[in-house]
Amino acid sequence: MSSSTRPTTKEVAAPPLAPDRLEVSTTRRAPSGRRLTSWATPWLFLLPYLVLFGTFVVAPIVYGFWISLHDYDYTLPGKPWVGLRNYTNLFDSDSITAGPFWDGMQATAIFTVFSVPLLLIVPLAVAIVMNQRFRGRNLFRAVYFAPYVLGVAVIGVLWRFLLDRNIGIVNHYMGVVGLPDDIPWLTSVPEAWVALVGVTVWWTLGFNAVIYLAGLQDIPAELYEAAKVDGANAWQRFRNVTLPGLRPVTSFVTMVTIIASVNMFGQSYLMTLGQPGTETRTVIYTITETGLRNFRMGDAAAMSYVLTLFLMVLSLAVFWLFREKKAA
Amino acid sequence: MNDNLGFGSSISRRRFMGLGVGAAAGALIAGCGGGKSAGEAAGGAGGGAQPAATFSGTYDGPDVTLSYWNGFTGGDGPFMKQLVKDFMAEHQNIKIAENTVQWAEYYQRMPAAVTAGKGPDVGAMHLDQLATNAARKVIVPVDDVANAIGLTEEDFTPEVWQAGIYQDARYGIPLDVHSLAMYSLPAPMQKAGISEMPTDGESFTAALDELKASGTANPFWMPTRWPAHLMFLSLLWQNGGEPYSEDGTKATFDSEEGVAALQWMVDVINKGYSPKNVAQDSQYVAFKNGEVPITWDGIWQINDLKSAGVENTLSPVPKIGEMDHVWANSHNFYITRQTTGDDNKLQAAKVFIDWISRKSAEWAGAGMIPARKSVRETAQVQDSPQGPIAAKIDTLKFLPPVPGLGDVQAQTLEIAVANATLLKESPADALKSQASRASKLMEENKKKFG
Repeated sequence: MSSSTRPTTKEVAAPPLAPDRLEVSTTRRAPSGRRLTSWATPWLFLLPYLVLFGTFVVAPIVYGFWISLHDYDYTLPGKPWVGLRNYTNLFDSDSITAGPFWDGMQATAIFTVFSVPLLLIVPLAVAIVMNQRFRGRNLFRAVYFAPYVLGVAVIGVLWRFLLDRNIGIVNHYMGVVGLPDDIPWLTSVPEAWVALVGVTVWWTLGFNAVIYLAGLQDIPAELYEAAKVDGANAWQRFRNVTLPGLRPVTSFVTMVTIIASVNMFGQSYLMTLGQPGTETRTVIYTITETGLRNFRMGDAAAMSYVLTLFLMVLSLAVFWLFREKKAA
Repeated sequence: MNDNLGFGSSISRRRFMGLGVGAAAGALIAGCGGGKSAGEAAGGAGGGAQPAATFSGTYDGPDVTLSYWNGFTGGDGPFMKQLVKDFMAEHQNIKIAENTVQWAEYYQRMPAAVTAGKGPDVGAMHLDQLATNAARKVIVPVDDVANAIGLTEEDFTPEVWQAGIYQDARYGIPLDVHSLAMYSLPAPMQKAGISEMPTDGESFTAALDELKASGTANPFWMPTRWPAHLMFLSLLWQNGGEPYSEDGTKATFDSEEGVAALQWMVDVINKGYSPKNVAQDSQYVAFKNGEVPITWDGIWQINDLKSAGVENTLSPVPKIGEMDHVWANSHNFYITRQTTGDDNKLQAAKVFIDWISRKSAEWAGAGMIPARKSVRETAQVQDSPQGPIAAKIDTLKFLPPVPGLGDVQAQTLEIAVANATLLKESPADALKSQASRASKLMEENKKKFG
């Protein structure tokens, strides 16, 4: 904390003491009721949130970890303690959990690697266009944001039928315009990844675009004017004014998009059923199947913790990346 | 937030909530079962395992409300609703609160709800789930109901009757049986000059060839997901194989018979009768649209096709292999452990099951085959569209009553069938790797459930 921040409660309440007054001062401090209140005030303000946070975040985290140390099937009365076996199983290729888990991690990685860059760049382009003045701008903004309003169930069922290889309208119209009309969008890789990433970008780009748009509107117009006066062309203005101005927003969007992509579940659950085989079955999908359908809560909890660890490392890396740039 | 992408951008919260099944802080410590194995503890503490009080046949206690869960979301739903209404009209002191949940979600939610004391008192479930839920002590024995109704093996086929028994106790009262069947569209069949529905492998292939010759490029679409695994099981049984060992510790669907069954399915694609990459449900939608003249599906689709106005013929699945067999399942009534300790509820639940079991002829309207022989032989059933299937009830095959088998099958056998029919793997390779995985899961289940 820098010296310019306002004095803390302690600094106000207890000014620097001369050594000879120290003893007197401590004896005087104890009986004072006002001091107790001043100590409790911030906590009282935090209390409502802390209760929710404790009940719905901290307690489940601790409980989840406890579950991960057991052979945990909640419908059975016995939940034997297994120590770290659920974790070591994940790293033992002979166990029944390791295969599906790492396949899921791989599927999630593929999805994240392809969806995140697109979800950062395409919405930025859309936001820049939306930020221009032209007729029908509001309609344009609404059109791009509209898909985001729909839930994953609607999106999944809709695209499952549109993209069907044999009866889908996408292949039909591709055939009409002379393109191949037998592309297995949902039952073969890499086509299924194209479909899943494509649908996700179409669906959620509106959200990122709106955040970018808010960021763009925060960049002072004078900067652009000054750049113009200095003879900067459109690209140079974008490179040197827009991008730096968007940095905090970009950092937020990147983080949120990565987390959302790693958590992808609904699209592959509804559109591809994890097909072909289990190749598009993401890690969240695997965890759901393991814990909620097969009642192997212990294994599922252990998988979640390993995934969380990966996600934390990834988030730190992103955080660090954006901080570095800021310092430069 | 951008959380529609997955479960939530605030990952830790949502994920852990999911895993904790909404566990509040108070439940923190409650879950520890000490050092006992699951089976041991289950043996000692099963509140629901005791045989229930004997059943008198009537209920004349105070007013009681029964929570009744089922998964009749399709064309069968309205028939069940009518039965429930009729029951309540006849029994003023029993109120039925019906809750209909899709079967796919049902087996996930029901045990959780019963564990929390907010589940059904009585309900319907599939035969192949009875053992699982009995082992989990979610449901309680109903031997006395069977005795009181006077049901014996002779009333049913031995297969249906015995599959409801787990560890010497009966857990389900069969309501109906339903199997895979063959649907066809009359118009293209006539155009191809086919007057008799094929009954064996040879006539089936001949029919497909004639349909092809008459202008249907792909007459029989091979699904890769549901009901592909049911087709595979039917063919495996027809070849004389068994998917699982009798004691429930080993998967045997990668046997010679299994490979031959899956090879037949793959050949349907390779010989051009089916397009490649048939995604979930598209063979059925294409059938409804009139694009595919023949498809295999569950008999309960009768009402869906009727309400969609699709004229069709229903006939038994042809005998492709050496034996006449077809996959089947059965809806069974059960009582949960929630009712134990409340004798009024228990009695009322038994009265409900008894009553509805006697009314199963009405249930035939839902497209099912009544489980009771006496009902099956009524004209009402024999003249129904599923009549020809009902006549062949002895050919129906059911999965063995092994706890946890349904989940194992969904993770292994279904994946193997999908991989082979998507032409990603050869039938032998696909079945072999998934069968060894299934065996491992079954061994673990055996340990868990004892």
